[in-house]
Amino acid sequence: MALLDKDRIFTNLYGYQPWNLKEAQARGAWDNTKALIERGREAIIDEMKASGLRGRGGAGFPTGMKWSFMPKQPPLDQNGNPKPSFLVINADESEPGSCKDREIMRHDPHLLFEGALVAGFAMGARAAYIYIRGEYIREAETLFAAREEAYAAGLLGKNACGSGYDFDVFVHRGAGAYICGEETAMIESLEGKKGQPRLKPPFPAGAGLYGCPTTVNNVESIAVAPTILRRGAAWFSSFGRENNKGTKLFQISGHVNRPCVVEEEMSIPFSELIERHCGGIRGGKDNLLAVIPGGSSVPLVPAAEIWDAPMDFDGLRAVGSGLGTAAVIVMDKSTDIVRAISRISYFYKHESCGQCTPCREGTGWMWRVMERLRTGDAQVEEIDMLQQVTKQVEGHTICALGDAAAWPIQGLIRHFRPELERRIAENVREAAE
Amino acid sequence: MADRYIEPDTPELRARWGNFAWTSENAEKAKEVVARYPEGRQRSAVMPLLDLAQRQVGAEENTQGWLPIPVMEYIAAYLDMPIIRVVEVATFYTMYNIAPIGRFHVQVCGTTPCMLRGSDDLLATCKSRGMKKGHISEDGLWSFTEVECMGNCASAPMVQINDDNYEDLTSERLNAVLDALARGETPKAGTQDPARHTVEPVGEPTSLAAMITENHDYRSEW
Amino acid sequence: MPKVKVDGVEIDVPTGATVLQACELAGKEIPRFCYHERLSIAGNCRMCLVEVKPGPPKPQASCALPAAEGQEIRTDSEMVKKAREGVMEFLLINHPLDCPICDQGGECDLQDQSVAYGRGASRYDENKRAVTEKYMGPLIKTTMTRCIHCTRCVRFSEEIAGVDEIGALYRGENMQITTYLEHAAKHEMSANVIDLCPVGALTSRPYAFEARPWELKKTLGIDVSDATGANIRIDARGREVLRVLPRNNDDVNEEWISDKARYMVDGLTKRRLDKPFLRRDGKLVAVSWNEAFAAIATLNPGNSIAAVAGDMVDCETMFAAKKLVGALGSTLIEGRQTGMDYATDSLAAVNFNTTFSGIETADAILIAGSNVRWEAPLLNVRLRKAVKRGAKVFLVGPEWETTFGGQFLGEDLSVLGNLPQNVADALSNAKRPAVILGGAALGRGGLEAGLALAAQFNLVRDLEDGTKWNGFNVLHMAAARMGGLMLGYAQKGGIADLVAAKPKVLLALGADEVDFTQFAGSMIVYIGHHGDKGAHAADVILPASAYTEKAGTYVNTEGRVQWADKAVFAPGDAREDWTILRALADAFGVSVGFDTFDQLRNAMIAEVPALGSEGLADYGSVLPLGGGSAAGQIAYPIKDFYMTNPIARASAVMQRCSAEILHGEELAEAAE
Ligand SMILES: Cc1cc2nc3c(=O)[nH]c(=O)nc-3n(C[C@H](O)[C@H](O)[C@H](O)COP(=O)(O)O)c2cc1C
Ligand code: SF4
Ligand code: FES
Repeated sequence: MALLDKDRIFTNLYGYQPWNLKEAQARGAWDNTKALIERGREAIIDEMKASGLRGRGGAGFPTGMKWSFMPKQPPLDQNGNPKPSFLVINADESEPGSCKDREIMRHDPHLLFEGALVAGFAMGARAAYIYIRGEYIREAETLFAAREEAYAAGLLGKNACGSGYDFDVFVHRGAGAYICGEETAMIESLEGKKGQPRLKPPFPAGAGLYGCPTTVNNVESIAVAPTILRRGAAWFSSFGRENNKGTKLFQISGHVNRPCVVEEEMSIPFSELIERHCGGIRGGKDNLLAVIPGGSSVPLVPAAEIWDAPMDFDGLRAVGSGLGTAAVIVMDKSTDIVRAISRISYFYKHESCGQCTPCREGTGWMWRVMERLRTGDAQVEEIDMLQQVTKQVEGHTICALGDAAAWPIQGLIRHFRPELERRIAENVREAAE
Repeated sequence: MADRYIEPDTPELRARWGNFAWTSENAEKAKEVVARYPEGRQRSAVMPLLDLAQRQVGAEENTQGWLPIPVMEYIAAYLDMPIIRVVEVATFYTMYNIAPIGRFHVQVCGTTPCMLRGSDDLLATCKSRGMKKGHISEDGLWSFTEVECMGNCASAPMVQINDDNYEDLTSERLNAVLDALARGETPKAGTQDPARHTVEPVGEPTSLAAMITENHDYRSEW
Repeated sequence: MPKVKVDGVEIDVPTGATVLQACELAGKEIPRFCYHERLSIAGNCRMCLVEVKPGPPKPQASCALPAAEGQEIRTDSEMVKKAREGVMEFLLINHPLDCPICDQGGECDLQDQSVAYGRGASRYDENKRAVTEKYMGPLIKTTMTRCIHCTRCVRFSEEIAGVDEIGALYRGENMQITTYLEHAAKHEMSANVIDLCPVGALTSRPYAFEARPWELKKTLGIDVSDATGANIRIDARGREVLRVLPRNNDDVNEEWISDKARYMVDGLTKRRLDKPFLRRDGKLVAVSWNEAFAAIATLNPGNSIAAVAGDMVDCETMFAAKKLVGALGSTLIEGRQTGMDYATDSLAAVNFNTTFSGIETADAILIAGSNVRWEAPLLNVRLRKAVKRGAKVFLVGPEWETTFGGQFLGEDLSVLGNLPQNVADALSNAKRPAVILGGAALGRGGLEAGLALAAQFNLVRDLEDGTKWNGFNVLHMAAARMGGLMLGYAQKGGIADLVAAKPKVLLALGADEVDFTQFAGSMIVYIGHHGDKGAHAADVILPASAYTEKAGTYVNTEGRVQWADKAVFAPGDAREDWTILRALADAFGVSVGFDTFDQLRNAMIAEVPALGSEGLADYGSVLPLGGGSAAGQIAYPIKDFYMTNPIARASAVMQRCSAEILHGEELAEAAE
């Protein structure tokens, strides 16, 4: 059964209507937020836990549980004063294929601001910083403007929504660095430094922004919170399979007839998602070659395995990939699959922050070998060598960018090794002729 | 994909930018920016202030703006932070232009989702118009960069030019946009597909049809 | 104390230890590049990966992981071996394998570890990255293509030196380490990054291509360029000192030395006095030792003789001279060349009692009359640490660029008698208050005023934990000072007493800072090693040994007795100082009571027992009361950090540093 419009959280997803406060309120945003807050920290967190919401930033960590890690009593600083806590909202959205947070921010920013207040209150935060990627220039303008509206209406700031809780939200623009989507890199960047991920431990919930307890959440994770609280955990968890609950923004790009962003039920089968919303695969189902189902960092899945897979965390793990940010990159048979993955390798080389050895050196190496494999200018043994190099990067780095760079290549080798070998053989033949 | 290098610090550069200071309007903005961060944490403002400075340079030059070394020094002094840390930031993030730039910065996304939908054509279009990486066209209008995923994948391929995105491009549509810009016009930003509003599936809506004509409130249906 | 298992062996590790430290305690060697005990943890090289349970099923960076109760750590598993091989391979793919022409060869961590942990052959077929050279000043030679981005140099300059000037620009594989606009590193400790750099990216410019480490004879020495007594290693080939490196001593210099300590040594071969000279008809002419002694034998000074000790002489030289002067019936010996006459009845009153490691724990510090960065760069490092721990620092004297903040209170000594309320409050409320008086604050009543503060703020006290605290400190600048004071090189009226006595003969022991015009009527016998101010004023020059050319005892400003060995022979006809003094005794026909160096040393220890044991001399903790009022504008004595002694003044490297770093001259890079 398809998700009904009434059960969609992002009803202005396509921006047919203004994003402004008045219209957002008419759609249900900021509706007695005070009452949500009056439920208290515990109750909000319990409701979020019960809803089954898992983080929408890619890793899928249960959101309610994450909020509960924040200290109940603020830790003290050197001088014995309580430290503030912070919520950082991850609007860096730079994973190739991902383009959902942009729609929330430019078309329904008030859902995000309301979510920021509710989430911030639930974790005892003093303020939230929305870290929006620098390239989202117009989207940032909308955020700044919506923030003004919310402050002017008394929804944020001192005594937010008349709840007695003081809460500020600030917008911070990035400036072009995918790595700042990694939560500790984001914190570094917010502190005015290069976006280089920190070592963990300590984890942000203990020592994050300015050394204070901090939680980083994705835009979508935060923006859905008020609706979940209003409609109840049971409503949200009525969608999707066990452990994979709720509604979700899917972003379908590549070789479908009608690429789009759409809110759907978790666990919707791939075929249904494509057929219902995207007008099917370009050239028909049989023309499908492979799909990267969760953004560039997850391994590709060949056509046969993806077709019936449920689009959720477990369903995609079962086919050797992941839901990631639900950025579905569809590739039909016209695709130069090696080039498609090599271009992703280039992306990771370009975005490596450079601090740790395996990623700094490995991403460039992997891309260079990929480029040679693309043209067939390689030895067959180099396929195995490349596989080993990906294994030398994976799991050896400070942050998960190293893994993200390794996995797409591993997926390619797993599923398209014959293609790689064919190119090498052909190249050898050409050279011989 | 261009490798970036800081524009060398020459006496001419010093002469031109050594006296950089906020315009009165930007001085106000800068204060406002610093106030977003807790006291003593003004260093957090380095990114927004570099952006502001770049824009001010751009306004003075009628270009997209960039960051000459003396301007970075000004920011370092303004925020009371070591200059080397400012240079680290300016060279780490790709949106800071560390060398001079033209009036329009044409940034074609070349990452896989755009590539799958024809960014090669856009790159070729730019090339055929004489645009080259890390190079300003002779008329001072165009600078060009192939950039990484810009987060517009469902309306790919796309180009960002200055502060606006142009999506669902073809070679013809891009040419039309560039021609309009060259003529001094302001082409409509966003999707260039006449049949599309934003990122809904083009053609028949598959969801939220009620929203098209009115600000529909679905709560009564809960 | 958590218990962990390392490769199956259970050990207790101190609370707060990392897994890397736990492994070391268990006797396991953990390879590393970025980790350094004295720097913050970066965890970026990934060389130190080990397997840890419980934890994720991937290797962990041991340098950054806290050791926790019950951990099972493996350093010998297949996973660990693979991980190390992998990281090693990555480090090498873009590293030029130019070891034969690299100055780090033979002492390169990368070289050693690739032998130990690498996989042998390279599988990297792509072009290697080339990185443009970066100019980092006259001391540091760069070959940035060799850089492995461990960021030790960045962390050193930010954390230890406190001068944020090295950074990593760009990102990913384009990341490049550089100073700002490739200016010379502008602080007194800059060359320590050479030791920190685990590869040959930052090497010593003056020492470039001089030698391979295995050709060098290594001698343990003590630096004499200031009064901190940094522990050094002197590397020499034949008669020439090629370089000086720091030795680790947690109490003194940790593992740093100042740029001057490291690089003045090229001055050891220049302007040397390598023959005796006699002034004949107003001109100095070279003579043989015999002629020199014969000439001296005719002087016949009786008891009209005095000795002035220079700033860099060892205790043995001073003792020998004292014995000689004494044998002739004189007690006129002085080391404070420029005329200082502070009271020395209590050595505790003129000593750095808190000690260097102690000052790190001070919570309020008042510094008067010292540009610490120039007078004792190593102490400056400690002050930074104290401030990082929360200490408040106040300074009296003209402003200088501190690397630890601090509040300047004024330029006149009178501030000491009239501290602002916030300073008085900070000192009274402090648990470990300290006062540091520099040379410029000792005169004009400064020392007494400082001692009065010691009484007022109870600087000598018992701490809550039962240990003693003495927060009163004098910071000297001369390596010879405390040893000299222990040997009695101090007249009540200072050098003025010598002047007043109008000695027939004045022995100048490497004394180059004296105003010799005061001794116009005296026969000046200069015993030293450089043709500097002292030699110019001399009537007789007896060429002696520099600090690298003789064994000797030194006492640093903390009252710490330390011994140095002889690294090389003095050039030409120059001799060790004590032998000259011993021969002078013969020339004068008196007996000094020793014929060998050992006899000399024993006699010295018999007279001043504290000089017989390495470590802090005990001057007691009772301070004189002090009082009175101090007044006068403070003027720091050092005008040029790189030019403070005859060796440094003779050093081309120090001259270049002075010109480029202090006087901003653009020097064309030497063609290489
Ligand atoms: C290299 C890298 C890039 C990331 N980029 C993003 C991003 O753009 N947006 C995002 O929400 N999360 C991103 N993440 C995940 C975040 O680190 C973090 O897990 C997430 O923001 C948590 O939010 P959630 O719990 O709401 O999912 C990235 C992670 C890595 C390792
Ligand atoms: S894995 Fe890559 S991006 Fe992450 S910290 Fe290491 S170098 Fe930086
Ligand atoms: S020593 Fe641990 S990562 Fe470098």
